[in-house]
Amino acid sequence: MLPLVALVVRAPWGSLLELLSRDEVAQALGLSLGSAALATAICLVLGVPLAVILARSTNWPSPVRRLVRALVTVPLVLPPVVGGVALLLLLGRRGLIGQWLDEWFGFTIPFTTVAVVIAQVFVAMPFLVLAVEGAIRGVDSRLETAAATLGASRFTVFRRITLPLVAPGVSAGALLCFTRALGEFGATITFAGSFPGVTQTLPITTYLELQRDPDAAIALSLVLMVVSVAVLVSLRDRWVPGLSA
Amino acid sequence: MTMTPRSARIRTTGIAGVALFAVLALAGCSSSTADQAAPTQTPAAGGVTPEIQGTVTVFAAASLTETFDALKLAFESANPGVEVVYNYGGSSALAEQIVQGAPVDVFAAASTATMTTVTDESLTAADPVNFATNTLEIAVPVGNPGKVTGLDDFADKDLAIAVCAVEVPCGAASAKIFAATDITPSVDTYEQDVKSVLTKVELGEADAGLVYVTDVKAAGDKVEGVEFPEAAYAVNDYPIATLADSTSPDAATAFVDFVLSDEGQAALSAAGFGTP
Repeated sequence: MLPLVALVVRAPWGSLLELLSRDEVAQALGLSLGSAALATAICLVLGVPLAVILARSTNWPSPVRRLVRALVTVPLVLPPVVGGVALLLLLGRRGLIGQWLDEWFGFTIPFTTVAVVIAQVFVAMPFLVLAVEGAIRGVDSRLETAAATLGASRFTVFRRITLPLVAPGVSAGALLCFTRALGEFGATITFAGSFPGVTQTLPITTYLELQRDPDAAIALSLVLMVVSVAVLVSLRDRWVPGLSA
Repeated sequence: MTMTPRSARIRTTGIAGVALFAVLALAGCSSSTADQAAPTQTPAAGGVTPEIQGTVTVFAAASLTETFDALKLAFESANPGVEVVYNYGGSSALAEQIVQGAPVDVFAAASTATMTTVTDESLTAADPVNFATNTLEIAVPVGNPGKVTGLDDFADKDLAIAVCAVEVPCGAASAKIFAATDITPSVDTYEQDVKSVLTKVELGEADAGLVYVTDVKAAGDKVEGVEFPEAAYAVNDYPIATLADSTSPDAATAFVDFVLSDEGQAALSAAGFGTP
C-alpha cells in the first residue's frame, strides 16, 4: 500500500493534464487499452471453453488432469520475459511456427500489434481460466440435474442455467485478465519490440520516460494504478473471494 | 492473565528467538560496516604499497560487457583483496538508478550526455575522464538475408530494422547520423540498449541494426558487420568516474586508474574501441 501512497503524494498534479495529453502518451494509452481489450476478448473465446473442460474433468485420469491444469497455469508463474523469449522462439521469424508463416505467407509477427496481443493473451489467459473454472465448480449441480430432468438438452442447460450462474465469475475473470494484459511489460518488449503507436504500450513508455522525464513516468504510473484499483474495487467479494477490495 | 505452562514456554521461546535474531542481525551489520570503513592497511615498510580491499560496484554501459569482464580478471589477480561487481545496461537507465540512490562505486557511461545526468546532481567524486571512443556499425544476421550494403537500406520499408531508443547513447548517435545524412529510417523497434538490438539481429528477427563496432567484434561469427562511412558523424566519448558516496573509494580509484592504464587501454583497443 505504501508505495502507492508515495506515488499519489509525489505525482505532478499541476502538470498532470499536460503530461497525459502528449502525443506519445495518448498513443501508448490508446494502444494499451485497445490491445488489452482485444486480448481479453480472445481470452474469453478460448478460455471459457477451456475452463468448462477443466471443471468437468473430474473423471479423467489424475496425471492427465494435473498436466492440463499445469499447462494452463504455467504462464501465471513464468517470469514474463521468459514468456517473451519462448514466444519469440515459437513465432519469431526463425521460430518453429514463425518461419513457416514467413515462408508461406510472408507474414512476420514480431514488431506488430498482433505480437502485443499474443503476448498479452499468453500471460493473462490463466487468470480468466482459473476464475471461470472456480465459478463453474461452485455451481450447484442439483440445479443442472433438475433442468435435465425437465427435458433440457446439455447445451440448453449450459446456456440457460450454468452460464447465468457463472456470469459474475466470468466478469471477474475478464476484469483480472484485462488488468493483467494492460500491465504486461516483459513479454511484450521481448517479443513485440518497442515502437511508438504500434508496440510501445503504456508500461514500456513509463519505463522509457523514467530515463528522460521522471514526472511523465509518475503521471503514467498514476494512470495505470488508477485503472488497476478501479478494476479491483469493481470486483465483488462473492465473485472472487479474497481478491476484492 | 494466567498462562498455561505450555503457552508460557512458547512465549519464552518466541522472545528468545527474536532476541537471538536481533543480536545476529546487529552483529552482521556492524561487522560488515567495519570491514568497509577500515580497509586493512599493512604498514608501508620499505616502499611496499598497502593492500587495497573491498568490493567495487561498477555500473557500465552494455557495450563494455566483454572488455570489462576481461579487465575484471586482470584487476582482481593484481589486487587479490578486491572484488569487482558489474551491472551492465543502457547508460541512461544506469544514470537514473544512480540518481535514485543506487549504491555504486564507479560509473562508466557510453556518452557524455548520460554522465552529465549524474554530474548534474553532484554525485561524482571528481570530474569524469574519457577513457575510450566508439563508433557505430551496421549488424546483419549471418548470411545477410536482407542484402544490406549500407545506411541507405535503412529507409527500406520491407526490411526489419532495429535501432536503440534515442535516450540511450547508441540511439542518440544513430539519430545524429540519420539527421546528418538526411535519411529517414523505417525503424521497426527501438530497443532499450545496444545488446538488445544485437540480440534481435542475432536471432534473425531484424534484418539490420545499428550497434557499436565493438559489439560486432564481440559477437564473433553470430552476426556479420557492414561498415559505413557515415559513422564518422557520431563518435561517442566514454567517460568514467568514481562516485562521491562510494563505500570503497580506494578500490574504486584503483579500478579507474587500471582502466586508464596501458593495460586497460590495450584491452579496450583490442576490442575495437578508439582512443579517447
